[in-house]
Amino acid sequence: MGFSHKHLLGIQHLSEDDILSILDTAESMAEISTREVKKVPTLRGKTVINLFFEPSTRTRSSFELAAKRLSADILNFSLQASSVTKGESLRDTVLNLEAMNPDAIIIRHAYSGAPHFVSTFCRSHIINAGDGSHEHPTQALLDAFTIRQEKKKIKGLKILIVGDILHSRVARSNIFLLNKLGAHVVLVGPPPLLPSIFTSLNVEVSHDFDKACIDADVLMMLRIQRERQEKYFFPSIREYRELYTLSKKRLKKAKPDAIIMHPGPLNRDVEIATDVADSVQSVILKQVENGIAIRMAVLYLLLGGKSREMSD
Amino acid sequence: MKCLIKNGRVIDPASGTDDTLDILIEKGKIAEIKSRIESSNIRTIDASRLVVAPGLIDMHTHLREPGREDKETILTGSRAAAKGGFTSIACMPNTYPVNDNAGVTRYILTEARKTNLVNVFPIAAVSKNSESRELTDMADLVRAGAVAFSDDGLPVADSQIMRRALEYSKPLNKLIIDHCEDMSLSANGVMHEGFYSTLFGLNGIPSSSEEVLVARDIILAEKAETSVHIAHISTKGSVYLLRRAREKGIRVSAEVTPHHLLLDDSLLETYNTNLKVKPPLRNKEDMAALLEAVKEGLIDAFATDHAPHTPDEKNVEFDNAPFGINGLETAVSLLLDKFVTKNILSLEDFIRMFSTNPARLLRLEGKGEIKKGADADLTLLNLRKEILVDPNKFESKSRNTPFTGWKLKGRPEMTIVGGRIVYSARP
Repeated sequence: MGFSHKHLLGIQHLSEDDILSILDTAESMAEISTREVKKVPTLRGKTVINLFFEPSTRTRSSFELAAKRLSADILNFSLQASSVTKGESLRDTVLNLEAMNPDAIIIRHAYSGAPHFVSTFCRSHIINAGDGSHEHPTQALLDAFTIRQEKKKIKGLKILIVGDILHSRVARSNIFLLNKLGAHVVLVGPPPLLPSIFTSLNVEVSHDFDKACIDADVLMMLRIQRERQEKYFFPSIREYRELYTLSKKRLKKAKPDAIIMHPGPLNRDVEIATDVADSVQSVILKQVENGIAIRMAVLYLLLGGKSREMSD
Repeated sequence: MKCLIKNGRVIDPASGTDDTLDILIEKGKIAEIKSRIESSNIRTIDASRLVVAPGLIDMHTHLREPGREDKETILTGSRAAAKGGFTSIACMPNTYPVNDNAGVTRYILTEARKTNLVNVFPIAAVSKNSESRELTDMADLVRAGAVAFSDDGLPVADSQIMRRALEYSKPLNKLIIDHCEDMSLSANGVMHEGFYSTLFGLNGIPSSSEEVLVARDIILAEKAETSVHIAHISTKGSVYLLRRAREKGIRVSAEVTPHHLLLDDSLLETYNTNLKVKPPLRNKEDMAALLEAVKEGLIDAFATDHAPHTPDEKNVEFDNAPFGINGLETAVSLLLDKFVTKNILSLEDFIRMFSTNPARLLRLEGKGEIKKGADADLTLLNLRKEILVDPNKFESKSRNTPFTGWKLKGRPEMTIVGGRIVYSARP
């Protein structure tokens, strides 16, 4: 199995084989994190830059640990300390960082397409760690990894993605990925946050969470951002909770062994009831754990580590 | 000074002329048009195998001066226009300061006269500082030389101001041109709202954002018993509204840009900021409806909406880039190649929409027609020569074209303004 892409900009243009190749590589990476000495020399001498233009705890630390466990050097570019605040353009910032000869740049940006823009003038491998409302490929990959771990398959599963679909990069990457792997994807949310055009992405669209829950295998809840309410997307958090919170009552309509996922950070008792988030069906923390294995796999496949060195 | 243009195929939609004719120019005016004019010692231009059209007029250009001379100046914009085959351009008032008083209008005219290239006709603002709160001194602006009114770049957002502008300007007999966009519906949108905005995760500008204001303007123009012009029409729904209004006899006219006829929203996959424009590139269905409306004669004019921006401004994240496409030096070749040489539109239609009708809409005396006594503004077109779009060779100060690398058949060969050659493709 190979991985022939220079960058990881999104899921949309990956093949099923590409995805499986990352998931399978992650299987062997997962084991490293359980060792006494959680480190292999695979990417020794490689330099990776974490370039985050948006706040992030999970993704940034996950990439950092992934790089460190493969022995790559990692530079964390923090927004506050950078010259971005002095009005430097993204292009100039990246060109300056590239002059320091990194091998990969991991970029998180508030604007859709920013990693694609960077990839047009960069030599380094670009990894998209979330761009605007567009894609968050490593999140979708770690979600798929977690589903496969729990359910032993993805094909044919009924997977609900619930919440602010319109603005969610996690939703888009998951839609692309789960479709490629043959899942039955159902999107759920209020119409302004889930316009009917989403049906053209080959998924089912529902505005009735209770009905959609029936026979679900996976319930993936998305964070609701309060500022959306101010922009007339829905009337109130109270009403949102009434219609779209994953409560215990709703959970009962899903399959008894259904799993609950959330990319974080959680708004407890907004999109997910706190007892549900902490229930045995919740795999939210497993997602976080698997994130490291997925990001190790991505770094390894892009930076061209050899499997021989893996066993070292 | 006399000059003779010999053996050209003269096409003048105003008089229905399409014939091989000679044109004698004297003192900046057309002195004679005949099948054969003898010439002994006058300067002669051989126009055989060329089309001689009344000078092309772009009724929607942004020259950026005063205020943003880093993007374009009256001089560089005029050079671009001459090279693009235009003898006249009308420039929009969204400069810094806004062209909302006679001083700015006069400044533009004075600077344009110094360049001594194409005719520059200032369009003045409808409202002070284009803020949609108070009307400008419209009569004063007309006296200073404004040919029309628009708050372009922005809509006339306040419906009461739009109503009053339509009413007040009636005795002035000048066109009100509206950039139809409901800003609350556009919100933070950067591309057409639809399948591709969903796919690319970019905020959408819905078609309704344009259509709501097109409908409003039609209603207001009908009530005010006057005319209104829709700038850069872009949606199928707007075409529908236009058609219904015309059937009812309401005096609403419209212009369309080459990019809205030729490019659709699927191209934004590359996040190429040179495709970021307002109104946004719509979908293929909209494109087809626009072309149909052009063929029907429902859309009156072509216009470039030439919107120069510097490379640094465009070389950024998609959301951060300004809206606008550089159009003066590509429009004619794009339309000749994509529509005229492919027999989708006749040459006569092309000339009517890029000269005859803009002259009529802007009430430009002596322009847009080839007849004895008219201004000697002529555009010579070569339908056989190919051009390669190369922004590095633009006369415009900016380079923001999405058409880089396009090979196009048909080009402006010579641009003549008031009997003077201001551009020639000949070595």
